[in-house]
Amino acid sequence: MSSWLDYTINGLIVGNVYALVAVGLALIFGVSRLINFSQGSIYLVGAYIGWVAVVKLQTPLPVTIVLVATLAGMVGLIVERFGLRPLQNSVRIAPLLATIGISFVLDQIVMLIFSPNPRALPSQLPDVRFQVGGGTIGPLDLLIAAVGVTSALLLFLFLRYSKLGWAVRATAQDRDAAMQMGVDVNRVNQAVFGIAAALGGVSGMLVGMYYNQIDTAMSLQATLKGVVAEVVGGAGSVPGAVAGGLLLGLVESYGVALFGTSYRNLFAFLLLISVLVLRPNGLFVSARQAPPEPLTGTFVAPSRPVRLPPWALLIAFAVFALLPLFPVSSYVLQTLINAWLFGMLALSLTLVAGTVGQVSLGHAALLAIGAYTSALLSLSLSFPVGIAIICGGLMSAALGTLLISPSFRLRGHYVSIATLAIGEIVSLVILNWESVTHGPIGVVGIPPLSLFGYELVGAPSVYWFSFVVMVLLALLQVRLLASHIGRSFRAIRDDDVAARAYGLSLNRYKSLAFIFGGFAAGVSGGIAAHLYSYINHETFNTQQSILALTIVILGGLGNVAGAIVGSVALVGLPEVFRIAAEYRILIYGMVLLLLVRFRPQGLLGTI
Amino acid sequence: MAGPIEASASASGAADPVFLSLRGLTRRFGGLTAVDAIDLDLGEGELVSIIGPNGAGKTTLFNLVTGLDRPDAGEVRLDREVITGLSPETLASRGIARTFQLGRVFGNLSVMDNVLIGAHTRLRAVKPAVPLIGPLLELVLALVRPYSVKSEEERLREEVRGILARFGDRLLPRIDQPAYSLSYANRRRVEIARALALAPRLLLLDEPTAGMNPSETAEMQALIAELKAEGLTILLIEHKLDMVMRLSDRVVVMDEGRKIAEGVGEDVRKDPKVIEAYLGHGLSQAAMDEREPAA
Repeated sequence: MSSWLDYTINGLIVGNVYALVAVGLALIFGVSRLINFSQGSIYLVGAYIGWVAVVKLQTPLPVTIVLVATLAGMVGLIVERFGLRPLQNSVRIAPLLATIGISFVLDQIVMLIFSPNPRALPSQLPDVRFQVGGGTIGPLDLLIAAVGVTSALLLFLFLRYSKLGWAVRATAQDRDAAMQMGVDVNRVNQAVFGIAAALGGVSGMLVGMYYNQIDTAMSLQATLKGVVAEVVGGAGSVPGAVAGGLLLGLVESYGVALFGTSYRNLFAFLLLISVLVLRPNGLFVSARQAPPEPLTGTFVAPSRPVRLPPWALLIAFAVFALLPLFPVSSYVLQTLINAWLFGMLALSLTLVAGTVGQVSLGHAALLAIGAYTSALLSLSLSFPVGIAIICGGLMSAALGTLLISPSFRLRGHYVSIATLAIGEIVSLVILNWESVTHGPIGVVGIPPLSLFGYELVGAPSVYWFSFVVMVLLALLQVRLLASHIGRSFRAIRDDDVAARAYGLSLNRYKSLAFIFGGFAAGVSGGIAAHLYSYINHETFNTQQSILALTIVILGGLGNVAGAIVGSVALVGLPEVFRIAAEYRILIYGMVLLLLVRFRPQGLLGTI
Repeated sequence: MAGPIEASASASGAADPVFLSLRGLTRRFGGLTAVDAIDLDLGEGELVSIIGPNGAGKTTLFNLVTGLDRPDAGEVRLDREVITGLSPETLASRGIARTFQLGRVFGNLSVMDNVLIGAHTRLRAVKPAVPLIGPLLELVLALVRPYSVKSEEERLREEVRGILARFGDRLLPRIDQPAYSLSYANRRRVEIARALALAPRLLLLDEPTAGMNPSETAEMQALIAELKAEGLTILLIEHKLDMVMRLSDRVVVMDEGRKIAEGVGEDVRKDPKVIEAYLGHGLSQAAMDEREPAA
């Protein structure tokens, strides 16, 4: 039984850290109804500032903590001032996308400065364990607990007794009323981002010390865990965030105790999905009235889409179709094959995120489902590759829609969290379901692309194949958008309340969008599997989801031609200019930020 | 059901069959009772107006009838059938159409598409009523578009042009423009056009003339009178009292969630409870007079 106490202590300590991250998220959500996807990056920044302080400057622990909190807080202020404040009067989707962009920029900067290799972050504390009941507890555990309690106390005092704290609470309750009463909302935002970043930075440092290891992959994990804790506790509720963090820590710790470490995240995300489905307001927030929704559909930037003349499209089609006949290097063709594969993913995402307004952050999971289905069918059951790819598309359509369906009742930012979590769940299931997916080993020796028994050898044939498939999918999507379904999708995006009042079932049309989009993504994944001949659970990852999202924003939400133009631009151009891989993500993040700020409707306009 | 049932049917003199009937309809938000045991009967082809100060619960009542909100107690019947708590989608398919107080057009959709969404519940050819695989068939039919689907769409488009023509040349020349580019008054018109495209059996209009100038209001009033003359059953929320007096068969006055008076035009206007409700909410006598120029 003694180990149970250890697991409980461990759960509470880790939960304490989650709570620190979640409290910051809750403060930000409270005043600006924004889920800050860059919180994990600040946590990462905090961990590396801590590393510099401890290892390079050899500062004593109290100084380290103050240094980390101050510098991370300053990063938070910068993020607020330059990343988010300019978007205040923007469409609802803009700040969400901006925090995603900021997160990628920050992560990448850290990675460029410190390299992605893990580093040790010693805790500077004596390595002793105290016997407590049946378990043990170390000085670091006590430190984390103390930091948690102290921060909670300081925050409580700030919110309760300082004037700025009152302003924060007033803004959280009713932003418009607070503004009319003379509360400087910018200052409130600043304060909240500063506090959130200081807490996030310190928790990153503590976690680094706890595991004595930091690496750049921490960021996404921290964002996910923080968001889970926050949503479980009730978005915007500070006490809820603390409770949610502790609960999440315990659930994970017990889950690990029962099933092993590779299941840690699975429990976190299952907790999230069940809370979102059963109690979308959170466990610790009494059911309130639904928050007032904006009155007109301004989720996406209104714009008049650029009408491409048919002859221009025909010329573009002819140029790309005939390209392999000219003496172009196979490197160019490889790059464009990649662009076409991303084009299919972007077609899928532009339908789901742009046309129906469900900003999916887990779209790579659809690739993975299609890829594994196609690979395994052709390997184990000897399906012809062409059929296997189609089956992959169908499986993505069916399974993807099924998995995403719990989130159909959610709105806006919550959809993004749910899809992010579902994407992680898919990747974790692939990792753990060894009997089918071969687990961490991955699937090897996937048969190459072939059509009607003829193997597609050489870049040109693969190029034509993927190009034709993408064009067909694009034409099909154009046809869908011109039908009553297309108009129903867009109506749901613009105003789901009015749409329901006119008989549009949200479940039905969101399902249809994911079925159609899932098919395109699954086909893309299937082709990729046969092209790569090897896939594992990390082949299709969140970075691809974010790249797809950037492509979609660049092209114009819902814009079919835009999705393809965007893929060529973002997949093709960096390749052509031979930009090193580590700078690419930085560029994607910057592109996303600049687009959201200066051209939210994208190159070709929202449809 | 402890609601006050006096006065409810007394004023509706005519013996027309009750088409919409509310009994003890109640909705509470925390400590506030937004709609408090409302009884209301609406005969077929009747136009009943609901008036009352801001915050009286009129729009909440509309939300309860159209399924956007669920009542805590009470019952709604449409054509004798209990429809309490049904989803808005289902109620739309039963023929209830509404407009929204603050305007909820689909901003990025063209005028044509906005109004076509109104006709969504009338799509038959492209939405076969097959259980389970119905949605998939819909997807296939939308992509393949056989003749029946095409002709249905064309017929509805023709009908939409007819509906838009009712607004003179306010909307027809802008038929392909996105709704966000329209003037406020035109957005209200699009909403009403969208509601008419549903071919409603019951139309709920929530302040259709809010934000309109006198001549636009007169235009709207003429249109509503026309709809009434065509036999449409209408529930109207409106603040412009002389318009209410001219159009309504009956007027229901709400205050703080309760029905405080009901009757034919002038009787209601002179009801001391009504005057008090308005005055009690800070409306001066002068403002009352101004609102009610001699009918």
